[in-house]
Amino acid sequence: MSYLDILKLAAPETIVVLAALAVLAVDLTVMRGTETRLRFVIGGMVAGVGCVAAAAWLVVVPTHGGVWGGMMVVNELTQLIKVGLLALTLFTVLISLEADFTAHVGEFLALILLATVGMMFLVSAENVLMVFVALELTSLSLYILTAFNKRNVRSAEAALKYFLFGGMAAAFMLFGLSLLYGLSGSTNLREIAAALASNGLDPLLVVAIVMTVIGFGFKVAAVPFHLWAPDAYEGAPTPSAAFIASGSKVASFFIFAQVMMIGFAGAEGSGAWRNYASGWVPAIAMVAALSMVLGNLVAIVQSNVKRLLAYSAIAHAGYALLGILANSEFGMASLIYYVITYGLTTLGAFGVVAAVEQGTGDAKLSDFAGLSRRAPFLSFCMFIFMLSLAGIPPLAGFFGKFYVFAAVVKDGAVHLGLLWLVILAIAMSAVSLYYYLQVLKRIYVADLPTGAEALRVPMTAQVALGMLAAGVVLLGCFPGLLVERLTALVLLVGQP
Amino acid sequence: MLAWTIYISFLGVLVLMLLPKGNASAARKVAMLTAVAGCGVALLGFVQHQPGETVTVANVPWIPSLGIHYHLAADGISVTLVLLTGLGAIAGILFSWNVEHRTKEFFAFYLALIGGVYGVFLSFDLFLLFVFYEIAIIPKYFIIAIWGSTRREYGAMKLALYSFVGSAMVLIGLIAAYIVAGAQTMSLQALAQHAFPVGFQMWAFPLVFVGFAILAGLWPFHTWAPTGHVAAPTAASMLLAGVVMKLGAYGCLRVAMTVFPGGMENWSFGVLGFHSWRDVIAVLAVIGIVYGALVALVQKDFKFVIGYSSVSHMGFVLLGLVTLNTIGLSGAVLQMFSHGVIAGLLFAVVGRMVYDRTHTRELSVLEGMRLSKAMPFAAVTFVIASAASMGLPGFSGFVAELQVLIGAWAAYPTLAVITGIGIVIGVAYTLRAAMKAFFGEEEQPLTPALSPSDGEREKRLHDVSHPEGMEDGTPMEAISVPERIGAVLLIGVSLLVGLYPQVLLRVIMPSFDSPLFDWLRRGGGL
Repeated sequence: MSYLDILKLAAPETIVVLAALAVLAVDLTVMRGTETRLRFVIGGMVAGVGCVAAAAWLVVVPTHGGVWGGMMVVNELTQLIKVGLLALTLFTVLISLEADFTAHVGEFLALILLATVGMMFLVSAENVLMVFVALELTSLSLYILTAFNKRNVRSAEAALKYFLFGGMAAAFMLFGLSLLYGLSGSTNLREIAAALASNGLDPLLVVAIVMTVIGFGFKVAAVPFHLWAPDAYEGAPTPSAAFIASGSKVASFFIFAQVMMIGFAGAEGSGAWRNYASGWVPAIAMVAALSMVLGNLVAIVQSNVKRLLAYSAIAHAGYALLGILANSEFGMASLIYYVITYGLTTLGAFGVVAAVEQGTGDAKLSDFAGLSRRAPFLSFCMFIFMLSLAGIPPLAGFFGKFYVFAAVVKDGAVHLGLLWLVILAIAMSAVSLYYYLQVLKRIYVADLPTGAEALRVPMTAQVALGMLAAGVVLLGCFPGLLVERLTALVLLVGQP
Repeated sequence: MLAWTIYISFLGVLVLMLLPKGNASAARKVAMLTAVAGCGVALLGFVQHQPGETVTVANVPWIPSLGIHYHLAADGISVTLVLLTGLGAIAGILFSWNVEHRTKEFFAFYLALIGGVYGVFLSFDLFLLFVFYEIAIIPKYFIIAIWGSTRREYGAMKLALYSFVGSAMVLIGLIAAYIVAGAQTMSLQALAQHAFPVGFQMWAFPLVFVGFAILAGLWPFHTWAPTGHVAAPTAASMLLAGVVMKLGAYGCLRVAMTVFPGGMENWSFGVLGFHSWRDVIAVLAVIGIVYGALVALVQKDFKFVIGYSSVSHMGFVLLGLVTLNTIGLSGAVLQMFSHGVIAGLLFAVVGRMVYDRTHTRELSVLEGMRLSKAMPFAAVTFVIASAASMGLPGFSGFVAELQVLIGAWAAYPTLAVITGIGIVIGVAYTLRAAMKAFFGEEEQPLTPALSPSDGEREKRLHDVSHPEGMEDGTPMEAISVPERIGAVLLIGVSLLVGLYPQVLLRVIMPSFDSPLFDWLRRGGGL
């Protein structure tokens, strides 16, 4: 395999890296000294062109293949997910164009792009070593993005918390992965599974499972590894929080599912009610149950919308984990659908929060009072996003939930093994309607505060939010568009 | 063609959203036009409907990988309730002609609700039915929370959460049915034919039935209804009582009772005299009838009287459903229609005619106003509506409740007697409300010695009975033309159905011969 072949496989990633370097170069040389807004527009354009070019490459040039024992595996499925990631990155850039929290425009945009590169490599990794390296590239970029608002002490605090927790989780994961290597003598997920199959569930493997679940549980902000999330979401600059909540979730969930479904194939155990057997399924089932309950209940009492969205993210992590628990092709497809639609929705919600924050100075619930009269279009977008997160049909969020619920009980016709988890999830999503309606109540019902005038929302943000809302409605009314394709691709590439 | 009722409503929402801001009269006209068009389509569908047939309106794959179809169809029950929705929509708009606050948004939410309701009544795919059912929840919340009155945010949230919990229960049942059937289909007709294990139906039936019945005001899950009705603006209370509560009852009949009929079989044991879920529901329904009536009897707020009366009347629907004989079942459907019309009328009188003019709903305050003099039209309307609500022969309520009683007599003789008591109490609370609200005696101090406290009371009454606009002796705003049209429309429909019930029964009765109710015809549960 020549370097040219490798470059072909990694062309989209290369394009994004080049875009990141270009953004840095342009911002630090040509644009130096001009006003922040203009620098954001120019930098954003360069970054946007990079994302679009990489996405175009992914769509136009069909490549598949792998190098070095799963270090980088490229197939139709990973290509599709990477397109999704690039779209989320593009929208993140669009909603951050009017940001005024930093003067380091080039660095900010370059870090977003570098985090994207990390995520793209993560999606292509079928080798635990590469998983770890890509995860670290993503995480390190995100830590810095969280700390980017130097004028706000909360931002620094959030980043430190995120970093310390993240470092700890990375150590756990590395430990788990090293045990895996010790058990199987390989770093390739499929070879690991083959080697483990003959051993059965020995104690060392159990430790490896728990360690790995802890590591990934941190990345996807599942209870009890969620403690960083509320602070990070609240303290981080809103576009950074949006990116952590959307793009990084998509990539992390996909690789989490890959590692569990491929790497630990044969060590599933069972999480069925009264039919319990140890393995990774019961471990994740507990994490999922805790996330759904805690996330939804704590979200009820939040008064800051960013914090509320953080707890909602924890709850959604719980729902999404059901897709992994399904441990089937349909489960994988529904998981990807879930996280992509969730990413779009939550990105949109953060976009609205960013616009409100700029207009009123904060993102407390009370800052949203009467928004529907100050910015009708923005409010309508938020209406769509919140209801989608609450799981009201016919919006994408409902179908995401429905698919993972259906997937997790699909093959258990007799015992309906994990039905208890689905019942819990449905009950909890009834609870969640309460706090999403709290936000909408402020927007639509509450009286306009005296002296408030129309909110000026930048055109780019309006267009981006409008597109996200349209996407949520479209994917909701015609979920088949994406799901049928995902199911076909998952079957095609033979996962798990 | 009936599918256009749904499309027209949502088209109306779209048009309203695109209307320029601040043009209230245009918004009203668009809403009215949409509702009339929808009702016209519904009426045409009703007239063209051949008794006994099930017309497929649309059936295209929607989510092929799960076997979910966009399947709209209509049998006699559907067309009856679609017609009710159309009438309710028009009447609601007529009685909210005076909404000036955020008019455009009001009618947009209103039409979205109507569209969702049409959708539920026409869906023959359970997944689709569920989707429309949920679509109807959200607009209710905003209509009450934004345009409502007494404790509106509380009432709205309570209603939304109760509905959502109910629909969550339904969703669990639907997913379980889908998995257990294993037939990759959500089609109502296919699942109704599927022989589910009886053990499974025994827990799925109560889950789905109660999930839907929460919205039908089944005791003890009815508490959202009075608060919701009272908090809602007139049009929303009319729709809520008139149409939305029917969604719940319809779901019980259409989904729970056709897909999981085995859940109504007798248990192998008896608990406290209950031998099946059917017995449990029958008793809860009768408790609802009597309890609702008793509570209505002691209410101080005029609107609460009507709110609790809705709980009582919906009890008849639920009782009719579990009689499991054709006369009881068709009585239940007829009662849905009848109550939809009558409750709409009652709420219109209380909310629009009385409250919007006097700004009070306290019966004791209204008593001192002698409204029969001030607004004779409202008084006459209310008396007629009361007569219909009490079940006087000649009105739709009589035929419907009589049928339910005959059906109940066959299935549950004891309960039928208790229900009779409920009807008597119904007469009492209705007359009490009518007397107090419209024909109050002039208050006269009993003895001069009591005058200080009485004097204060008089003063208070005086203050309230002369709100803004009346202080200078200016008369109350006259009953407007839209209100008159609305009242005549609803009274006319109730009379028509009361005098010639065959007009509805002609299409309702044969519906129970469809394959959906196979289990009943085989004599199940009897």
